[in-house]
Amino acid sequence: MTLLVVQALNGFQLGMLLFLIAAGLTLVFGVMNFVNLAHGVQYMLGAYLGVMFARIAGGFWSGLILASLAAGAFGLVLERLIFRHLYARSELDQVLATFGVIITLNEGVRLVWGSAPLELPMPDALSHSFQLMDGLRYPVYRVALAVTGLVVAGLLALVVNGTRAGMLIRAGASNQEMVSALGVDIGRLFRMVFGVGAMLAGFAGVLAAPLVSVEPNMGDNLLILAFVVIVIGGTGSIRGAFLAALIVGLVDTLGRSMITDFAHAVLSGPASSRVGPALASMLIYLVMAAVLAVRPAGLFPLRS
Amino acid sequence: MSQPSLRVPLALFAALALVPILRAAGVPIGGFVPLLLERVMVFALAAMSLDLILGVGGLISFGHAAPLAIGAYTVAALDHAGVTEAAIALPCALVASGIFAALTGAVALRTRGVNFIMITLAFAQMVYFAVSSLSDYGGDDGYTLYSRTTVFGRPWLEARSFYVTALVVLFLAWLLLRVITASRFGRALAAVRQNRVRVQALGLNAFAIELVAMVIAAMLCAVAGVLLANEAEFVSPAYGSWSHSGDLMVMVILGGIGSLHGAIIGALVVVLAEEGLGRLTSHWPLIYGPALVLAVLFLRRGLAGIGGSRG
Repeated sequence: MTLLVVQALNGFQLGMLLFLIAAGLTLVFGVMNFVNLAHGVQYMLGAYLGVMFARIAGGFWSGLILASLAAGAFGLVLERLIFRHLYARSELDQVLATFGVIITLNEGVRLVWGSAPLELPMPDALSHSFQLMDGLRYPVYRVALAVTGLVVAGLLALVVNGTRAGMLIRAGASNQEMVSALGVDIGRLFRMVFGVGAMLAGFAGVLAAPLVSVEPNMGDNLLILAFVVIVIGGTGSIRGAFLAALIVGLVDTLGRSMITDFAHAVLSGPASSRVGPALASMLIYLVMAAVLAVRPAGLFPLRS
Repeated sequence: MSQPSLRVPLALFAALALVPILRAAGVPIGGFVPLLLERVMVFALAAMSLDLILGVGGLISFGHAAPLAIGAYTVAALDHAGVTEAAIALPCALVASGIFAALTGAVALRTRGVNFIMITLAFAQMVYFAVSSLSDYGGDDGYTLYSRTTVFGRPWLEARSFYVTALVVLFLAWLLLRVITASRFGRALAAVRQNRVRVQALGLNAFAIELVAMVIAAMLCAVAGVLLANEAEFVSPAYGSWSHSGDLMVMVILGGIGSLHGAIIGALVVVLAEEGLGRLTSHWPLIYGPALVLAVLFLRRGLAGIGGSRG
């Protein structure tokens, strides 16, 4: 039982992390119709910048703020130099060019910071753990991370649903040409969405850094998980991304602990210990397939 | 669509055939060059199979490393069980990759555009994680084969004969793909790329056409996986990694999308670039990556013009 609670909390927290990455990505897909594979490196870059700024500025918090801003600025530079020229191009061109950006940046951080994993210490105020229930202590930092994800989700929902900029984002997602025909500077809207998305991914990278090792390619796997989130949630939908991120986080974390027991119960002998891990790692993709079989456009499609 | 000129592809195969011909004539060609070309041919086969769906069918699959890994891991699994005969391994690899492509393709083809790209990528990642967790076959570390696969008991995949075998397989695959693209089915596949609605209005089932193409492409790619496992005598989850999928796409585009033989040029360029730059500096991705970005931004037709294919 305690194990189940811990796994559920961990799953929730993974879900919030995924949401921070997927939120920017889904808006970029939805509003700009732009396939940005390089979103995962923003997460990686955020983590590295977090380590760097925390050392220079002396502390996690200043590292968090400076790194998020720097990651957002870096995203805008990439947009200006490369991505802007790809909006009108085919999806294939977008995939190839952003694939090139990933290769470059993964190697770039290796050149600058080396291949060895770096560590970012937790902030002192959050580095302890608390008594969750009998015989179970849970780290405060993980709770803080999950709460942060919730707060950001709430803020994004407010912005997207309640402000003029949000209205334009939604309008841009459903009919880009019409929005620009009405006199809205769609290029500025793109840049804004892109910058915020890059900043959120960088922010997620700094938040995750104390829990994982900061190393090159750390964004690749999360990028693909974020894709799964977007596919399940429906491209362009913040609400869909939130729900799907929770599903993916919980299914992945709980699945890994439960499916091995399940395999032991169904299969006997050594086969179960072999099948279990393989099946667990496939679980979220099977969930994705199941959702797509019923709803090809995801749970909350923007365009029907 | 007229069949592209045969001159370039035949010249390519003739050039590749030079190594065994010169060897037969007594010229000692050893070491590095044949080994490199063996790798080129294996990846050319994988890229050529991708060209069927990417170039002819217009389906942007970012998961073509998955059937490559499935083919390679079929060899590893059978090797682990003491079976090293291609007459068993090859059909197993074909069936496994065919079923995988049919199941995942049926899901992915329900969507278009960005979602198709993301879903094929996700399913390939599923294969990557699945084979990474197979502790019997070395998990993350990969699996070293006890012995290379025999073909009806003959040592055609041993180091001495591998080059010729790979060349023959690549040539047969090219012929097969040419026949397929020229056939009624191939024309229908190209038509779906050009105008899906019109094809369906003609009473053809666009979904079925694309799904069959994905299955054929995956099975051919699994053959490349069987070859790759033998060439390296080693199988690793990295074969199924998403950067491999990306590399296969780059090969297809560089060589000229839809031209089939362009995959050989693309594989040659990418393998040589990785080897050459890798010798120059361990940070070679810092050259490869920006080169790729610049090529997409400025060489809008890729090396396709040089390849003599349609743009």
